[in-house]
Amino acid sequence: MSESVALNPNSAWNGGKSPFGVSYGKLMMWVFLLSDAFTFSSLLVTYGCNRYLSGGSEIKWPHPDKVFNHFPFLHGMDLPLVFVSMMTFILIFSSVTMVLAVEAGARKHRNDVAFYMFLTIIGGIAFLSCQAWEWSQFITGSHEGSSFLVDGQKIHGANLFLNEYGPAAFAGLFFIVTGFHGFHVLSGVVLNVIIYVNVIKGTYDKRGHYEMIEKVGLYWHFVDLVWVFVFTFFYLI
Amino acid sequence: MSQEAHTNNGHADAHEEHHHHEETFISKYVFSMDHKMISKQFLVTGIIMGVLGMILSMIFRVQLAWPNTDMSFLKPILGGWISDTGKMDPSFYMSLVTLHGTIMVFFVLTAGLSGTFSNLLIPLQVGARDMASPFLNMLSYWFFFMSSVVLFISLFISSGPAAAGWTIYPPLSALPKAMPGSGLGMTLWLVSMILFVGSALMGGMNYIVTVLNMRTKGMSMTRLPLTIWAFFLTAVLGLLSFPVLLGGCLLLLFDRSFGTMFYLSDIPAELTGGIERVGGSPILFQHLFWFLGHPEVYIILLPALGLTSEIIATNSRKPIFGYRAMIMSLLAIAFLSFIVWGHHMFITGMNPFLGSVFVLATLIIAVPSAIKVFNYLATLWRGNIRLTPAMMFAIGLVSFFISGGLTGLYLGNAALDINLHDTYFVVAHFHIVMGTAAIFGMIAGIYHWFPKMYRRRMNDKLGSLHFWLTIISAYGVFFPMHFMGLAGVPRRYYSFTLMNEWHVWDNLNIFITCAGLLGAIAQVVFLYNFFNSIRNGRKTEQNPWGSTTLEWTAPIEHFHGNWYGEIPTVYRWPYDYSVPGASQDFIPQDVPHDGEGEAASPHSPISSESKTLDKGGILHFTMPKFLSKLFGTLTRA
Repeated sequence: MSESVALNPNSAWNGGKSPFGVSYGKLMMWVFLLSDAFTFSSLLVTYGCNRYLSGGSEIKWPHPDKVFNHFPFLHGMDLPLVFVSMMTFILIFSSVTMVLAVEAGARKHRNDVAFYMFLTIIGGIAFLSCQAWEWSQFITGSHEGSSFLVDGQKIHGANLFLNEYGPAAFAGLFFIVTGFHGFHVLSGVVLNVIIYVNVIKGTYDKRGHYEMIEKVGLYWHFVDLVWVFVFTFFYLI
Repeated sequence: MSQEAHTNNGHADAHEEHHHHEETFISKYVFSMDHKMISKQFLVTGIIMGVLGMILSMIFRVQLAWPNTDMSFLKPILGGWISDTGKMDPSFYMSLVTLHGTIMVFFVLTAGLSGTFSNLLIPLQVGARDMASPFLNMLSYWFFFMSSVVLFISLFISSGPAAAGWTIYPPLSALPKAMPGSGLGMTLWLVSMILFVGSALMGGMNYIVTVLNMRTKGMSMTRLPLTIWAFFLTAVLGLLSFPVLLGGCLLLLFDRSFGTMFYLSDIPAELTGGIERVGGSPILFQHLFWFLGHPEVYIILLPALGLTSEIIATNSRKPIFGYRAMIMSLLAIAFLSFIVWGHHMFITGMNPFLGSVFVLATLIIAVPSAIKVFNYLATLWRGNIRLTPAMMFAIGLVSFFISGGLTGLYLGNAALDINLHDTYFVVAHFHIVMGTAAIFGMIAGIYHWFPKMYRRRMNDKLGSLHFWLTIISAYGVFFPMHFMGLAGVPRRYYSFTLMNEWHVWDNLNIFITCAGLLGAIAQVVFLYNFFNSIRNGRKTEQNPWGSTTLEWTAPIEHFHGNWYGEIPTVYRWPYDYSVPGASQDFIPQDVPHDGEGEAASPHSPISSESKTLDKGGILHFTMPKFLSKLFGTLTRA
């Protein structure tokens, strides 16, 4: 048998080093993101299931164009998905600045890293603020309202068990999924702030490498990627 | 070779610091970051939870055996759950089975088994000074601890602990008013489980990364002991399936407490406090739950199988038969475990075609399982078997894996499942194949690695007694349940007094309970042996079993870092037992080849002169000659 035969000297898997040439921390981040992808998948599967089940109901699944058509300071105008597109742009742009921060880290240029990390943090906070406005719009609802209750009572806006625009499941899922994603963004912002402070203090210069930026960068891109799915599910289809 | 060469990252610096700073009581025993201490913490917590789970099962077994008896003698423990007439509260019975299942599945056989042995053996067997992240490892234990405490607290609340079964199907679990146990007890169950998932994820991340990144020089993936392969795949399973449970529990928590309706359909307004709940699907929860639930079966079983591989090879003084086949079958089981969850849900109204897909996938699992069984048997074959307590329990695992696996073929069949679902046949099947088999693997592991953990030996005679009492009682409890199940006796019933037909089972129920009580007594023997040996056991030598793997090359005394000086380099696979021409009957992995033709081959005849280790007067015996001849004839035919 081959078990005891000498190892292939060209293999990266012979032990004594990482087979992927990455540190344990970065590998752990990848593993965590894989796991987190399954958490989001379970929530999005729930979305699919609930939406499918609502097909037979009299209350139709709401059309996102009709629900999310508001923009701050432009009261009364019908602007379908304009605001959420802006949110998405902000988040994706913050991923771009994160890439630049990682690149600056590879150059070990402290000021550049700090500058781009700062922009990333601003992007994250801006996204969260937009989400807060989006939620408040959704919760407040329209002037007209609508009545899905048996006794014909008017409903304005949405919460976890009532929804002016359609099935309550839409609102519940919207809050859970975008909320869970928002929680991830918030965690990301907190991590980014910690990293930013460390960069300013010169912690990574002393350590000799800026790998921490890469790790947090992975997380940030993941959160961005998940938003693409959330956006697709809730706003596009 | 420098440490940096091993770890290839900044982590090595962290270790240097550990070597120097003085350890306080808190940092050594409480918030320890040493994997060996954390493994002991997992083990002791697991044992405590195991005792709790066992006591719960004894209480409901007494209820099942003697439903009409005055149970006032339990009043001192159960208080108000025993009525003034001496009857057990039926909803408390449901809580007992729920908590028994939850504790045994998650707290004992997931955290207690995988947490203990992954922590102990991964760094020691791959040749690392600690886990990749000792801090996360510590956090993993303390999340598990908090989760255990929350579950334990739920025993003492007035509405009682969760009572919807360990699978917590809605709507029973989603409507706080459904039954007493659906109230606060259920909420605590969910909180406990969310903490548990956190613990499992942190542990799993660590295990995976440590195995991938921190193997010592020469330790390629095909030189890993099978234990490590098993722990690695277990961690992968946990990492991909527990998040789905997390999502499912989160949604359930919202359904219960915040008025959403993901799992609720056609629930009238008066049950929910005002608003009719429509549009959700209780079946969705079952899908989410079993997407974890089925891999969970293998999260429980794989570590036990890994430990068994190691123990059987060591104590047969033979290389494991079919090392690569063992790895392939572990991989196959791990992969298949993700695509068979539907076999728990055949009768939920699933499309029969979909059901047949799940049947096919389920039955295919029999193939890798059978490969493992035959490899175990072939490893035992003509070995110099030493019946240490660990070895006996490992063989016990193989026995249960066979007898429980066979009934799996019945239950994996959608048509037969119509008859068998939710009967005692199911109870018998999963208790044998994943309950008892895994607990046997865990106990085998405890006996085998006790010297590594506590630097002392457990008592072999008490170990033998423990084994024989346990295997007799385990078969005594679960074997008769097959017949009850085939006759249609449903599980989770509080008593079998309502229908005349059920009275034929009265005596059998008493027999099962008596066998169960015998099993409980046997565990007292074990507990005495375990805790007594920690203090008073015989001192061990460095390598008491004559094993080849790296953990036995580490010094007996414990310190953070495992090895003095350099970490050993690995030159050979982990199963060089009874190598012809070698000076002793095992060659540790860190011994270089000397070119004397002692390369191991599982197919080479075992030299009859090869020395066997005889330490502590352990019984030796070889397979009867005629049996080996018979087998030889069969294989040649």
